Amino acid sequence: MQVTLADIKRGQEAIITDVSSIHIPLKLLEMGCLPGNSVKLLQVAPFADPMYLNINGTHLAIRKETAIHILIEISNA
Amino acid sequence: MPKQINVALIGNPNTGKTSVFNALTGLNQKVGNYPGITVEKKEGICKLPRGVKAHIIDLPGTYSLNASSLDENLVIELLLNKKDKDFPDVAVVVSDVENLKRNLLLYTQIKDLEIPTILVINMSDRMEYKGIQLDIPYLEKELKTKIALISTRKKIGINGLKDLISNYKDLSITPCLNASEIDNTYFDKLRHAFPNQLLYKLWLVITQDVNFGTIDRNQVDAIDSFKTKSNADLKRLQQKETIKRYQFINNTLKKGQSIDLSTAKDLRIKLDRILTHKVWGYLIFFVILLTIFQAIYDWAQVPMELIDGAFASLSEWTKNIMPQGAFTDLIAEGIIPGLGGIVIFIPQIAFLFLFIAVLEESGYMSRVVFLMDRIMRRFGLSGKSVVPLISGTACAIPAIMATRNIESWKERLITILVTPFTTCSARLPVYLIIIELVIPEGRIFGLGYQPLTLMLLYLIGFGTAVCSAWILNKILKIKSKTFFVVEMPNYKLPLFKNVALTVLEKTKSFVFGAGKIILAISIVLWFLASYGPGENFNNAEAIVTTEYASSNLSQQDLQQKIASHKLEHSFIGITGRAIEPVIKPLGYDWKIGIAIVSSFAAREVFVGTLATIYSVEDDDVDTITNRMAKDTNRTTGGKLFTLASGISLLLFYAFAMQCMSTLAIVKRETNSWKWPILQLVIMSVFAYIVALIAYQFLK
Repeated sequence: MQVTLADIKRGQEAIITDVSSIHIPLKLLEMGCLPGNSVKLLQVAPFADPMYLNINGTHLAIRKETAIHILIEISNA
Repeated sequence: MPKQINVALIGNPNTGKTSVFNALTGLNQKVGNYPGITVEKKEGICKLPRGVKAHIIDLPGTYSLNASSLDENLVIELLLNKKDKDFPDVAVVVSDVENLKRNLLLYTQIKDLEIPTILVINMSDRMEYKGIQLDIPYLEKELKTKIALISTRKKIGINGLKDLISNYKDLSITPCLNASEIDNTYFDKLRHAFPNQLLYKLWLVITQDVNFGTIDRNQVDAIDSFKTKSNADLKRLQQKETIKRYQFINNTLKKGQSIDLSTAKDLRIKLDRILTHKVWGYLIFFVILLTIFQAIYDWAQVPMELIDGAFASLSEWTKNIMPQGAFTDLIAEGIIPGLGGIVIFIPQIAFLFLFIAVLEESGYMSRVVFLMDRIMRRFGLSGKSVVPLISGTACAIPAIMATRNIESWKERLITILVTPFTTCSARLPVYLIIIELVIPEGRIFGLGYQPLTLMLLYLIGFGTAVCSAWILNKILKIKSKTFFVVEMPNYKLPLFKNVALTVLEKTKSFVFGAGKIILAISIVLWFLASYGPGENFNNAEAIVTTEYASSNLSQQDLQQKIASHKLEHSFIGITGRAIEPVIKPLGYDWKIGIAIVSSFAAREVFVGTLATIYSVEDDDVDTITNRMAKDTNRTTGGKLFTLASGISLLLFYAFAMQCMSTLAIVKRETNSWKWPILQLVIMSVFAYIVALIAYQFLK
């Protein structure tokens, strides 16, 4: 099964491998959510939604429904 | 000859763009609106070396030139239209040293437009703290520009920036990278079709809804070869373009920037751990709100009493100094009390604006958005709806404009419709005066009953907004794509200058905006209250004297009775009593009725109206509150302002839609009369019913 950003645990780091451009708004891509960039989950709100992330050095929050369209590879740490 | 150049400040949100604007222009700035739309336009003048003047525009914050909102559209439209009178001679892109990577995306886009561009790297005072080092000469070479490394906080580098602006002609206008490489065949075709146009401009016109100069969308669409690109294809190309830009930026920064993480300290992580915590986060948010309301009450008491007394003396002084007559009466009894009614609330409104400015400047507001999103979504709102709902406590108009960054149309529409329920600053004067009259002083757990009542009213406002959102979410059948991206900026100690300017600007526009209406209405009211038709008004003295001939009234009481009798039979009294049957069940008399009717223009007019009516009636020098407290209800014989009628009035004002300006903004933002009319009718009917129930239940 493919691992998506929705599966990441708090404090874990990962590399974005693919984003589905139909489901992901351009604005998110422009904030650095692109293949090859790093991502780390910093905080989650209750029910793990929304997610507070550090993507490529940018701190932002997105909803889980968006995160499932971002494929990642979790770094072994 | 003195020369003026146009400078546009452009940058991502949260880069301190407005601080740079304030540092350059100081008090030489004005805030207006772009013609036809309600986007705030900030412009100012800055004196440069050698007698050159710069006209500086602070453009709305944007993450890129691919616009996703009205505000962002404006940035592109200005940059694409060379004929615009504000078209910049030089663009100043403001970036934040901690987010250089992301900020440079917008920079490379602007460079592609071949406008002379200066790169400002702000917050340089944070570099050491964050372990960041920059190779400025290398970056200047790679980015083909001049860089101003500044700190608005420490006031470093502003003069250097001014020098760069005045020497803008030396700047290179070569783009940093060749974006057309993402699809050579497509861009070659484009180049052949429009040989005289800038490729990147064409690309922007194709990918978004903007027009510029000699080419507009239709012309581009008319050429067959471009229709072959479907929307999905275009989006894929935009993604490719973005990746390409980031490749360039990453390569440039790899050499030009070094970050030593071992020396970097991060307060953000520690603060976030508490402020966005599942339990503590919400608790802290609640405590912050509670503190704000207590402070609004306690801190503003002293200046308010001073203002109240000052206006009473001013009115008295005017009467003594000016010749007796109708004109003096108009000033002393109509205009001064009317204006005093609103000026008195400046301290409290300024405090409210102060707190909101601090919450936004510090970066805390984004944490609230994050914490509240999940909860708000249940009600059909977005976490971002929290910002309009909180800033709606200042004024619904900017709050409704602040909904523009909500991505989903349905969530945005619902937010617009329910925002007027939040307790805006215009309701504050009404609430304060009634609370003062009907809620006893005294404290529980160190918190006063009066501030607690006020807090409760704010909570009722939020609660109603959220509940009606839930209902609207069930009723409205709108399909719209939802997504949610919110930047979490770093925490910043708010800059005194920024906060002070915001408070000054907002308070000024509140007072002058309301002042104009109140002035006009108080003049009209004074005439209506001072003149009347027929025997009853003109022979008041004789009628009252005869009526009370048997009872032993003192001269003073008799005068009082005559004045009341006259007022009741004046034009305004007659009108007031005509509408009295409608409002009587709510526990109000005709005076309150007139105040409610006149406050459909703007809520705060309520206080001014009562002030004018009461001072026509009563010549004694006294504050408005005392006059209101003394008034009796002719039907019940008891006091007019009791707990029952007071609560009923408070609730009426909490729910009724009494603000023309808000209705106008809702019309503009939703582009239809349907929504504002629905708002007006539903909110006002609801207010009447609730007030009716409250009075009948409590009396």
